[in-house]
Amino acid sequence: MAFFFAQFLTGLANAAALFLVASGLSLIFGVTRIVNFAHGSFYMLGAFVGVTLMEFLPGAVGFWGAIVLTGLVVGLIAAVVEMVVLRPIYRAPELFQLVATFGVILVIQDLALMIWGAEDRLGPRAPGLRGVWRIFGEPVPKYDIILIAMTPFILFALWYLITRTRLGVLVRAATQDREMVGALGVNQAWLFTGVFALGSALAAWGGALQLPKGGADLLMDFNIIGAVFVVVVIGGMGSLPGAFIAAVLISVLNVFGVTYLPQSTLVLMFVVMAIVLIIRPYGLLGREEVAGEHGQVGAPETPIRPYGTRGRMVVTALLLVLAALPFVADQFLLILTIDILIFALFAASLHFILGSGGLVSFGHAAFFGGGAYAAALLVFHTDTPMELAFLFAPLAAGLLALGIGWFCIRLSGVYFAMLTLAFSQLVWSVAFQWRGLTRGDDGLINIWPAPWLNGPVTYYYFTLILAVGGILVLRHIIHAPFGYALRAGRDSPRQAEAMGIDVKRVQLVAFAIAGVMAGLAGGIFVFAKGSVFPTELEIAKSFDALIVVFLGGVKTLAGGVVGATFLSSVEHWLTRLEYWRLVLGLVIIAVVILMPEGIVGSLRSLWARVTGSKSEVSK
Amino acid sequence: MTLLRRTLLASAAALALTPAAAFAQDSIKVGEINHYKRMAAFAEPYKKGIELALKEINEDGGVLGKPLEFIFRDDQGDPAEAIKIAEELMTRDGTVMFTGSILSHVGLALSSFAAEKKYLYLASEPLADTLVWKSGNPYTFRLRASTWIQAAMLAEQAATTDAVKYATIAPNYAYGTEAVEAFKANLKMLKPEVEFVAEQWPALFNIDAGAEVQALERAKPDAIFNVTFGTDLAKFVREGGDRGLFDGRDVYGLLTGEPEYLEPLGDEAPEGWFVTGFPWYGFEDGIPGKIFVDAYVEETGETPKIGSVVGYMTAQSIAAAIEKAGATDTESLRMAFEGLDVENTPIGTLHYREIDNQSSLGAWVGTTAVEDGKGVMVNWEYKDPAAYTPSDEDVSAMRPAE
Repeated sequence: MAFFFAQFLTGLANAAALFLVASGLSLIFGVTRIVNFAHGSFYMLGAFVGVTLMEFLPGAVGFWGAIVLTGLVVGLIAAVVEMVVLRPIYRAPELFQLVATFGVILVIQDLALMIWGAEDRLGPRAPGLRGVWRIFGEPVPKYDIILIAMTPFILFALWYLITRTRLGVLVRAATQDREMVGALGVNQAWLFTGVFALGSALAAWGGALQLPKGGADLLMDFNIIGAVFVVVVIGGMGSLPGAFIAAVLISVLNVFGVTYLPQSTLVLMFVVMAIVLIIRPYGLLGREEVAGEHGQVGAPETPIRPYGTRGRMVVTALLLVLAALPFVADQFLLILTIDILIFALFAASLHFILGSGGLVSFGHAAFFGGGAYAAALLVFHTDTPMELAFLFAPLAAGLLALGIGWFCIRLSGVYFAMLTLAFSQLVWSVAFQWRGLTRGDDGLINIWPAPWLNGPVTYYYFTLILAVGGILVLRHIIHAPFGYALRAGRDSPRQAEAMGIDVKRVQLVAFAIAGVMAGLAGGIFVFAKGSVFPTELEIAKSFDALIVVFLGGVKTLAGGVVGATFLSSVEHWLTRLEYWRLVLGLVIIAVVILMPEGIVGSLRSLWARVTGSKSEVSK
Repeated sequence: MTLLRRTLLASAAALALTPAAAFAQDSIKVGEINHYKRMAAFAEPYKKGIELALKEINEDGGVLGKPLEFIFRDDQGDPAEAIKIAEELMTRDGTVMFTGSILSHVGLALSSFAAEKKYLYLASEPLADTLVWKSGNPYTFRLRASTWIQAAMLAEQAATTDAVKYATIAPNYAYGTEAVEAFKANLKMLKPEVEFVAEQWPALFNIDAGAEVQALERAKPDAIFNVTFGTDLAKFVREGGDRGLFDGRDVYGLLTGEPEYLEPLGDEAPEGWFVTGFPWYGFEDGIPGKIFVDAYVEETGETPKIGSVVGYMTAQSIAAAIEKAGATDTESLRMAFEGLDVENTPIGTLHYREIDNQSSLGAWVGTTAVEDGKGVMVNWEYKDPAAYTPSDEDVSAMRPAE
């Protein structure tokens, strides 16, 4: 019994920092609707700033003073980030801002490396709080008790702020209906800046408070962001009490998981999230999310239409150039083009459900990696001929998408996104932990194409035909009646249903088609690289695709392909620089600010402005 | 209209990708692919070690009368990206061979690529046993002592104690699982009566240290085998120390004594653990290791890490192989690496075995202590890997037929 109690206390202590960080994210999302991937970066900044301040400020007063100061410093940094990076793009399409926050992550990572160096910093101990107290005979670190004792005060302070102050009234009003708040004369810009700064300060306090239990290192940002999103989603986006309950739930379950199911450490929280979302689609205390309450943000989308003669000629010319490439280019350019084509097909498959279906998936890598693994497993274990194994990739990915989609499409918006994320983490953990089948992160190697295909030029044509073919098929589907039904379900589910469209079924089929195409890309990928590792199933892989779709332009048809080409090329070119992440982050931020409709969308608007209204018709 | 833009973009991209500058034809180039950003704390000392060796080699007249040059590229810790870069290095930049990677899975991807495309790969840092054994191939050589060998050294010491009940804690990925399996197998071989009462698998760099320590304590082991490193190790040592987990228990730590992991712990470094590591501070004047340490400190103004010495020996090995081959084509280099002897390395003469392409670099083992507020290894000795390697028959049986 005493042991259980001690375990429970460990869970509560872990929950303290997690709750602080999560409450910040929840606040920011509730008011600004920004899915802020950079939240983990402010947590990391908090840890580094805290360590630095504690070196200057001695003693107990210095320690706690440093923590308070850390929040102020990081809050200030966040305010600047918000004003420079996010303020110009609030009118951009929904979720577009997450691309900007991704740029912020890259910039902060390299700046932190420049300022604090590569070595991990051990956090200083809280003065006078080293060692343990015994509770029912079990040792409990003193600092844990302090953390546990502090949490209710933090919760109370936040509760007071939200329910009893004017700022709180504005925050709650904005969470419910931010356009109405603007219409009533509240200065939205400053409200958003203030909330972003406050939320980031909370993250920084979380980072500083965990110092006596750990330290500061350059991987902290990515390490916490998964758990924080899980907590916010389980609690219900925008709900502070929800975030608190979820933080405690996840932390305590984790402690028991460690003891009784030690192998579960990688996926436990994602399993919990999947279960909660399947039972309660809006989290424990969340309310139904009404995306774009007063119609979609930004300019209305122009109707899509097939390319005219000129468009077709350009496409044909481009394809001819690609087909002629092996005659003029060196071997490496072919390899690079293969990579870009694979990524373009993968991005196009995500763009298909995201752009036309309005289904934002955070877990699309499950189908890319799933397809790659399906083919690789057949080759590795049964020596299946490459041609047959290759066909299995899109098939298996499509089936996987059907299964996962069946659970996910009943949700919408961010909750849909997070459930796809949870499932993709489950797929990842299977590949990672079922070592007997998949060899874990040693990966499956020596998966090379059949001899007749095994050469840069032949494999290049193989890739070109399949990737371009796949992309054309997707475009064709968008222009077919099925595509119209899919868009109808995205723009107005109720009207679509009134017209007799089974919206959910259309979405499920679209999800499966996207899975097939992602699996096809995965199949081409695995034979191009000769190996596959769980990295292909990681969250980062899903986000890569997500980012290029937004970067290219969600509300365009070529967005995914153009975005993928742009990012692959830029990245390939930049990674040879010392601080390439900084430069890449700045490039992404610049593109986001200068082209709020994405590369394709903004160029199209520009073209329309240059040529006047006449070409408005012809595009 | 979008497609016109697409064409322009694509051609702009293609233009941007043509080699920026013509190579300087008078140097011999080697590709080095690593996770310079993702694992900066480990990769930076490694790079500095290479740069020191290159400086010395080139001051000495280079190789085959030409300067030796490394092209450093960042793969973001992604195997697919690493393969792409390897392809570019070989076909476009004209590197004669390539080396690099800390993470084992990236090393395995590069090794498979090397075998398929017939390029030569020296896996400097990855520890996975499978790299030279079950997944071994003629085009892959490996420098560092593998997981199995280092775990066997610790198991040998563990077998001399009375401890019977062991608990293990290792990061939840291939390296951690492999290390625990190797330790168990070696210890059971030496002392069949031992039993393993708990196995903990925290997520890499995301340990819940308090819970892990409670779970280990609950199993009441006599001794603990630790594989965690980096920030996980720091948190584990703190919680375990506070909660008295290590009191009266033997602890064995794989890599725990490496400066990369021991230094950040400062005066909270664990005491009395039996570990593998790199006790450069204990080297005495006159031994080759000391010469390296002095040169490194003078050149960089920093103290060396294990990565530094591995990087240094990587460049030394490659220079020696090129000299021995007398040419830079892959087959000549591969033949040169087989049975290669590299003189004057920090451990004396380094040898690459013909049977499995593994080098003869061993490991330093010793006991941790805190001196002057810093964690150090005391009573350490350098161990040759030969005694801890499986027999030649076993190794040959494991390696795929060539």
